[in-house]
Amino acid sequence: MMNRKKAKLLLQNGRCFEGYSFGYDGATSGEIVFSTAMVGYPESLTDPSYSGQILCVTYPLVGNYGVPQEEWDSFGIRTTFESDRIQARGLIISDYSETYSHYDARTSLEEWLKEEKVPGICGVDTRALTRIIRDSGAMLGKIVPEGAEEPQWYNPDNENQVALASCSEPRVYGEGEKTVVLVDCGVKHRILHCLASRGVKVVQVPWDYDFNSLEWDGLMISNGPGNPSLCTKTVENIRKAYNGDKPIFGICMGNQLMSLAAGASTYKLKYGHRGHNQPVRLCGSNHCYITSQNHGFAVDTQTLDKEWEPHFINLNDGTNEGIRHRSKPFFSVQFHPEASSGPLDTEFLFDKFIELL
Amino acid sequence: MVKKVLVLGSGALKIGEAGEFDYSGAQALKALREEGVQTVLLNPNIATVQTSEGVADKVYFLPVTPQFTEQVIKQERPDGLLLAFGGQTALNCGVELHRSGVLEKYGVKVLGTPVQAIIETEDRELFVQKLDEIGVKTIKSHAASTPEEAMEAARMVGFPVIVRAAYALGGLGSGFCEDEDQLQKTVAKAFNFSPQVLIEKSLKGWKEIEYEVVRDRYDNCITVCNMENFDPLGIHTGESIVVAPSQTLSNREYHFLRKKAIDIVRHIGIVGECNVQYAFSPDGDDYRVIEVNARLSRSSALASKATGYPLAFVAAKLALGYGLFELKNAVTGSTPAFFEPALDYVVCKIPRWDLGKFKGVSRELGSSMKSVGEVMAIGRCFEEALQKGLRMIGQGANGFVCNKPYKTEDLDYALSNPTDTRIFAIAAAFESGYSIDRINALTHIDKWFLDRLANIESCYRQMEETGSLAQMSAEDLRRAKQLGFSDVQIGRVFGEKELTVRKFRESMGLRPHIRRIDTLAAEFPSDTNYLYLTYNAVEDDCRPEGGAVIVLGSGAYRIGSSVEFDWCGVNAVNTVRRSGRKAVMINFNPETVSTDFDCCDRLYFDELSFETVMDICGFEKPEGVIVSVGGQIPNNLALPLAEAGIPLMGTGASDIDRAEDRRKFSAIVDKLGIDQPRWSELTDMEGVHKFISEVGYPVLVRPSYVLSGAAMNVCHSDSQLKEFLDLAVEVSDEHPVVISSFIQRCKEIECDAVADCGKVLFAAISEHIEFAGVHSGDATIQFPARRIYAVTAARIRKVASAIARELNITGPFNIQFLSKGDSLKVIECNLRASRSFPFVSKVMGINMIELATKAMLGESPEAVTADPFALEYTGIKCSQFSFSRLNQADPVSGVDMASTGEVGCLGDSTAEALLKGMLSVGYRIPQKAVLMSSGDALQKADLLNACKLLVAKGLKIYATGGTWQYLDENGIPATKVLWPDEARADKPEGTRAGTPATDLIRHHEVDLVVNIPKNLSANELERGYKVRRAAVDFNVPLLTDSRLAAAFIDAFCTLPESALAIKSRDEYGE
Repeated sequence: MMNRKKAKLLLQNGRCFEGYSFGYDGATSGEIVFSTAMVGYPESLTDPSYSGQILCVTYPLVGNYGVPQEEWDSFGIRTTFESDRIQARGLIISDYSETYSHYDARTSLEEWLKEEKVPGICGVDTRALTRIIRDSGAMLGKIVPEGAEEPQWYNPDNENQVALASCSEPRVYGEGEKTVVLVDCGVKHRILHCLASRGVKVVQVPWDYDFNSLEWDGLMISNGPGNPSLCTKTVENIRKAYNGDKPIFGICMGNQLMSLAAGASTYKLKYGHRGHNQPVRLCGSNHCYITSQNHGFAVDTQTLDKEWEPHFINLNDGTNEGIRHRSKPFFSVQFHPEASSGPLDTEFLFDKFIELL
Repeated sequence: MVKKVLVLGSGALKIGEAGEFDYSGAQALKALREEGVQTVLLNPNIATVQTSEGVADKVYFLPVTPQFTEQVIKQERPDGLLLAFGGQTALNCGVELHRSGVLEKYGVKVLGTPVQAIIETEDRELFVQKLDEIGVKTIKSHAASTPEEAMEAARMVGFPVIVRAAYALGGLGSGFCEDEDQLQKTVAKAFNFSPQVLIEKSLKGWKEIEYEVVRDRYDNCITVCNMENFDPLGIHTGESIVVAPSQTLSNREYHFLRKKAIDIVRHIGIVGECNVQYAFSPDGDDYRVIEVNARLSRSSALASKATGYPLAFVAAKLALGYGLFELKNAVTGSTPAFFEPALDYVVCKIPRWDLGKFKGVSRELGSSMKSVGEVMAIGRCFEEALQKGLRMIGQGANGFVCNKPYKTEDLDYALSNPTDTRIFAIAAAFESGYSIDRINALTHIDKWFLDRLANIESCYRQMEETGSLAQMSAEDLRRAKQLGFSDVQIGRVFGEKELTVRKFRESMGLRPHIRRIDTLAAEFPSDTNYLYLTYNAVEDDCRPEGGAVIVLGSGAYRIGSSVEFDWCGVNAVNTVRRSGRKAVMINFNPETVSTDFDCCDRLYFDELSFETVMDICGFEKPEGVIVSVGGQIPNNLALPLAEAGIPLMGTGASDIDRAEDRRKFSAIVDKLGIDQPRWSELTDMEGVHKFISEVGYPVLVRPSYVLSGAAMNVCHSDSQLKEFLDLAVEVSDEHPVVISSFIQRCKEIECDAVADCGKVLFAAISEHIEFAGVHSGDATIQFPARRIYAVTAARIRKVASAIARELNITGPFNIQFLSKGDSLKVIECNLRASRSFPFVSKVMGINMIELATKAMLGESPEAVTADPFALEYTGIKCSQFSFSRLNQADPVSGVDMASTGEVGCLGDSTAEALLKGMLSVGYRIPQKAVLMSSGDALQKADLLNACKLLVAKGLKIYATGGTWQYLDENGIPATKVLWPDEARADKPEGTRAGTPATDLIRHHEVDLVVNIPKNLSANELERGYKVRRAAVDFNVPLLTDSRLAAAFIDAFCTLPESALAIKSRDEYGE
């Protein structure tokens, strides 16, 4: 009755889920992560933070609105996708919407996955899978369609994902009196857009670029995939930048790198934060925000240098959601103020950063 | 922190204001009590959970009007007032008290959203201004007094436009215009009805999207949920199939609207909960805000149940001054209330209509509400949720497909002009080979939804092609179950019985899995008890409770089964838990307290079908199942469940069947030597005529197994009988009709009772104010009965004992009697709780469900010794009708139930209780004049004394021909007016004598209309119809029963409103 090829989802712990192949007809492997977001699969799939990972969407209905047309803003930054391609190595969902309906759709999710050669599996009990992943924290997996050869396990931590996701050459977006250097650890396009649209010149540099050699009014450390401890070069550069007084703003991976540079250590969370509904509180205030998040590591604020203090905390589990310098204009957040996908409640942080320049 | 808070309820359930406010209010009261705040509740709705003992500190069963609220404030002197939990009724009342300065006078502070903010959302002009300030688009109307102005306005807003005739009722003169040509024609017509037309941009075909927003006093905001209407704009959201979360919005659209909603809520200054409704264009990013509700609403109740986020509870805490981050997420118990639920399922709300019960009503849906209830279905795909939901509404559908053939003469018309059955018109369209594009063009329903429906249809066709059940593969059967096909439905495809399909399915090891609703999509572990079933899963989220007691709830609210059964369910669950057992509730009505997961040890938000209850029992292995507190739905399951080996608690299934089955029950009644009206079950017209020739007209005609008198009617002549049977009922072997002799002008008496092992523990006898012939659900009921002979009461007790013994009843039961002179006949007996259980329990101060549940649990409770007849006060239950919502329906009550809700008030005298009750259901005491058409000779006599009282009180009487003559003969001054069909254009100048009655109503020259149909014949009804309908349409109180009219008039003529005692429940019987 289901006219689809069967496929299997194999987990490192030996568990197997049965489903149907959709998207690219091939096998894949990677680390399985989940997201509880109920919208935004085109944004998520192209988010470089998912590099090396197979994304499991907990919301069961996916594909409803197809895949949008490509669009660019006036600075030449893509506005419908977060990077130039699908970054995730595979997609796991429950109920694939065989047809889509949206005025802005160019094609279906399935066709897009085929174009980008990314395998998907549908008909999986994603809640059962999520419970396994949340308890193990990380789990390698493989999607194997019927008849396909089983690939090797792929562990993204064995490769520097940041190096894979980062740009190789500096690029410039927008113009303005002030210049912001953006260290690209796998930056989402929306971050570029949030900066450029605020009237500054954005110089995007590779993750290991010695940005201290450039002239800038502000520094932004982007989000990115994988393990922050592999980005030692970036951390060193940030540490040098701390000697100055110019504003620095870090997002997600940027928060972890800035924390490492501030002497702190990071640890793995029992249950990661993955979705559009993460509550944070601005420390020292009664202001709370709903944020978009996707991370499994957190900063141990006990280990922060005395010059630094917590900026935001997570209301669910009290873990750190950002740090700030006590006197200098340096701050970072673990969540995604640029959203895309997710709530727009903390975009004001970009305004705050720009005001400081 | 405030010390004492007055909470306003919403009064009787009515269309547009139903059980959701019992849930909201009950949550608010719980939140307040948790903080140690003293609570006072004003709500005459005696059937609610919130008015139960232990929910509020004090309860006043009084009308929610500014006058009574002021009296309560004066007496109680609360320092805080909550307006947001009692629907529009409470909100309007609060705004009025604010405007009149009462709140200031008594130093009462409105908690939560300030009154000014409420006013700004309620007043259309202020609302538009307010949102203009932050550049948020609203729907604007442009008034025009000439065709030229209308054209100018249309050009300004852009075509297509809607033209509305201002001040015209029922949409007269309104129209949709695609271009200038159409506009000219429509406007020309509209000016015939009205001197002014309103031009609005037409948003036909736009999506309708809602967000539920919460804000605290620190300006922290969250959106708990968004929802998308399956039906595009143009159909009231209460009339739409609604899904949560939205299905067709991209991330950008979802968050664009979410952000706007938060901006709006901040700008208005809401503290608490608020609903924002949008129209959203399907072909771009254009939107309009339709409205903002600065209070808990039907949508917020739905959102609470859809997500597990207790909006009302949180809103009440925010009103006390808490921040969202200071409150806990009730589901997880550890994380804060400041978060947004992530769903890993989809919910589908479907309205329940009862339009078939109303004579003459238009079935087309539009911008006003007609539905009387709703269901919520949960699944892991849309198909699964929708098909569950279509079964849950309980109108005979097996799902989207495999139903009775859909009958229509013009399918295109049925698709483009939505009615309560449009979803089945879509199924018929698929069957007729319509393409999705064509259906989309006719309905404007988003193709995504139509594609999902096509999935169901194609699965159905594939099953058909399979040929036989035995040939279905496990994979195909699983697929069908995943798309929400029930065993019955699959059985229908192959012509197999439900049990055959069940066996086949079980042989394949196929069963639904148990899923938790945890607000966070399994991101963290959480031990919630809020569950549903799905086939789109490979494992259960939890283990069986083991040895629990399962209580079956009442399903969708409908005419005849409403909040009273929710009260019964909740009290049964409470009693089970107090006995030390675990209580499991199964119900799917989002408007209820019983579906609050806090209420029980486990809540299965799922179908009350044999299949689902069996699946749950198979998993839970309960100690027993209680089927007698949820009305007719669980009652009907008793026999099949028992036959399948499920242990029922209370009266045995075969005994329930002996009461339900007319023949069996009749034999029992005969055996016990109890009198009953003559009746016969007939399968052909010959038999019908033969029987009637024996008993004579009038006769009562009805089908078997009824709850609310569906398709029941009294016939007075051959022609009426023919008309009714032709229209309403097929007479055949399969569908026999029951005809019984109908006794006129006879008293109807109810006995609500509880028995244990055949021995009556308590019996409460109440009587109807109206004569028999008005459905017991519509009748005005007095408890304790005050006007029956002592010997009648004694005989009723004896009959109840005899029946209890014979049927070995354990649990609640209800017997209805007719009494005329000293004769007493039994007409019906139900071995379950009846509609009047909460009323009787609360008036008496004895919780009959607690008593019944203890009996069912085998705790052998003591018999109650208190004597109801010794009560020094009296209770009156009055019915609430919602005719104003039902365009063109004839507002007359008869043997078929038509009321949507009820109130119960207490008084030291019958007159006092009646007056409070009537005022609670919207009657007003006339100050000017009464229009009287008083029916046949006997009914005229019933009203003679009342007319004398009216005149003595200085009220003017207008009367139609026969009544005027009768009054004149009896020396009562009255002015003669004409029936609408007598009205002539050339009426004499300067006299009222030629005035049509309807004009008096239209100009509000009368403030009470008494219109008694002589009988329910077509001619008689036709004549009064226009008068009755005018009364409803122009909001003039209407009475259609002579006994009730006489009692009401007597009450307000003999008792001044100021003499109505402001006493809380506790002050009675002290």
